Amino acid sequence: MKKTSTQKTNKKKKEADVLTKGNPWVYSETVKDHFLHPRNFMKAGEEEKFQYNGVGMIGSPVCGDVMKFWILVDPKTEKIKDARWRTFGCASAIASTSVLSEMILRNGGMTLEKARKITPNDIIKELGGLPDIKYHCSVLGDKALRDAINDYYRRTGQYDKIEPEGSRVIDKVLKITEKDIEKAVLDGARTLEEVQEKTKVGLGDPTCIPLVEELIRFYREKYNL
Amino acid sequence: MKRYYFDYAATTPMRKEVLKAMQLFWQKQFGNPSSLYLEGRIAKQAIESARAKVANILRTQPKEIIFTNGGTESVNLALQGTAHFYRKNFARPKIIISTIEHPAGLETAKALKKEGFETAYLKVQKNGLVDLEQLKQLIDEQTILVSIMYANNEIGVIEPIPKIAQIIKDFRQKHQTAFPFFHTDACQAAGYLDIQANKLGVDLMSLNGGKIYGPKATGILYKREGVEIKPIIHGGGQEKNYRSGTENVPGIIGFATALELAQKEKEKESQRLKSLRDYLIKNVLETIPKVFVNGDLKNRLPNNAHFTILDVEGEALVLKLDEYGIAASTGSACHSKSLQPSHVLQAIGLPNEFIHGSLRITLGKDTTKKDINYLTQALKKVVQELRELSPISLKLKS
Ligand code: FES
Repeated sequence: MKKTSTQKTNKKKKEADVLTKGNPWVYSETVKDHFLHPRNFMKAGEEEKFQYNGVGMIGSPVCGDVMKFWILVDPKTEKIKDARWRTFGCASAIASTSVLSEMILRNGGMTLEKARKITPNDIIKELGGLPDIKYHCSVLGDKALRDAINDYYRRTGQYDKIEPEGSRVIDKVLKITEKDIEKAVLDGARTLEEVQEKTKVGLGDPTCIPLVEELIRFYREKYNL
Repeated sequence: MKRYYFDYAATTPMRKEVLKAMQLFWQKQFGNPSSLYLEGRIAKQAIESARAKVANILRTQPKEIIFTNGGTESVNLALQGTAHFYRKNFARPKIIISTIEHPAGLETAKALKKEGFETAYLKVQKNGLVDLEQLKQLIDEQTILVSIMYANNEIGVIEPIPKIAQIIKDFRQKHQTAFPFFHTDACQAAGYLDIQANKLGVDLMSLNGGKIYGPKATGILYKREGVEIKPIIHGGGQEKNYRSGTENVPGIIGFATALELAQKEKEKESQRLKSLRDYLIKNVLETIPKVFVNGDLKNRLPNNAHFTILDVEGEALVLKLDEYGIAASTGSACHSKSLQPSHVLQAIGLPNEFIHGSLRITLGKDTTKKDINYLTQALKKVVQELRELSPISLKLKS
C-alpha cells in the first residue's frame, strides 16, 4: 500500500517537473515585473496636478504604438527631479518606458546631458534583455524622453541646446547625424560596413559604432528592409 | 491557479473517448499497416475501418479519404497537388483563393506564384463574407482551383460554400469543362457544421483532428474521385501513393473517433455554445465602453466572439488576462512574429489602430456560464488598467 502511494507522488512530481522546468514566461522577470507593476506612470486625473516643465510624445513607425513622457527638471542643476509616462503598446513597450523612468530618477535624478544619451541598448540591458523583434519598443522610450528634454530647453529659452530628433550627431569628429545613417539605409546599405562605405561613420569616432549598429537595425525595421 | 481556457480555435484538449480508442494502438497493436503478417493486418484493418467511418460521415467513398499529418498538410496537398498535376493543361494556370484563408492556404498560394502560377485573391466584405460577384469575374478558363475556407479561424465567419459551389458548377457547365475544382478548408467548421461533401458541393476538403478534440497533427484530405493530385511527400506509397510515410495508426483512430463524436453532438453543442457566446457578447458590450464585435453575427461559428477594444494593445491584453488565469488570443501586430497585423482583420477593412486592440474568445466543451462571468469581470478590470496607461484615446468610428 505504502509503495503505491509513494509511487503516485513520484509520478506527480515528475509531471510537475516537465511542466515548470525553466521560466516559461515570454519575457525576462524584470520585464514581467515592470509590465504588471508599472512605475511612475501618469495616473488618470493626475495630469492637472503633476508639475512638469517638459513633455514629449513619439509614435512607433513599426506597429503604431505611442509613448508620452513628462519631466520635471530642476533649473539649477538641470537634473530630472520627477517624471511620468504613458504608453500604448505591447508588454515590452510598457516595461521599457517604466524602467526608463526609474533609470532617470535614480540617485537624485539624472542630468539632462546624461539622460539624452540613453540608448535603446541601455534600456534593454536594464530590462534583462528583450527578444530581437521587440527591439523597437525600447527605441520609443528614449526618443520620447529626448523629445521631452528638447521641450524643456524650448520652454527655458535655451534654443541652442535643442537637438531635433534626427539631427543628433552620432560621429562627433565627422559630424555624421542620425539622418545620414537613415539615408544610407534607405539607399541600400544593410550592414555596418555598407553604411560606413557611404558615410565613413565611425572612422572619426570609433566609440559610436555600437550606436550606429543599433540605428541600422532600427531603420531596417522601420522601413521593413 | 485555476485556468480558464478560451482559445478552442487554436486547439482543443483531447476527449477521453478519443484517448481510449487510441490506447490499444500504441503498444499492443503496434504493427505497420504495410506488413503482411497478423500485426500488420490488424493495423491495416483498424485504419481502414477508421477511413470507412470518416467516409460515412462525409457521405463519400472510403477511397476518397486521404489521411494526412494535420490540417496544414492537407491544405498544402490540395493546393500544390492539383496545381502541379494539372499545370500542363493550361497556358496560364491560375488559382483563386480568398484573402482570409489560413496561412496554410495563403502561403502555399504565394509559393505557387513563385513557381509561375497566377494567383487571384477573392475579397471579403466588411462582415467577412466573400464577394460572390467578384468570384464570378475572377473565374476564367485558366483557373485550376478555387480555395475558400468554410469557417474562418479568427472571426468565425461561415462562408456560403454551397452558393460558391453553384457558381463554379455554372461556369463548368457553360464552358463544358471539369475546371475549376473547388477546395474548402473546413478545419474550424467540422466541430459545428454539416460537412457532407456532396451537400457542400466541394471537390476537395481539409479537416484537422486538433480542432475537434482529437489528436494534434492528424487530419484528412477529402478528394473526390476523378480529381487528381500530385503527392508532395514521396516514399513508400502509402495512402494510394498520395501521402507516403507509415500511417499514424493511433492518430488516425483518434481522428475518426473525434470526428464521429463531434458530428454526433454538433447540434446540441452548437446551441449551448451559441447562447453562452451571445451572453458573453452582450455582457462585454454592456460593461466595457468603446468595444465592438468583428465579423457577421448571423453566419458565424457558435463558439466565436471577436472584439475590438479601443486604446489597448492586444499582446498586453493577452498577457494581463493570462495573469488572471485566462487563455485568449489577439491579431495585434505586436503579437505576431513578423509584427504584421492580422491579415483577416485587414481584409475586413479594419485600420491598424483598431486591429491593435483585437481579442478573440473561442468557447468549447468545458466552458460554463460561470467561466463567462469570470472572463467578463477580469476583462473589464484589465482593460481599465491598460487604458489608464495609454496616452491616446481613439474614437469609435473611423
Ligand atoms: S509596441 Fe508593438 S511590438 Fe512592442
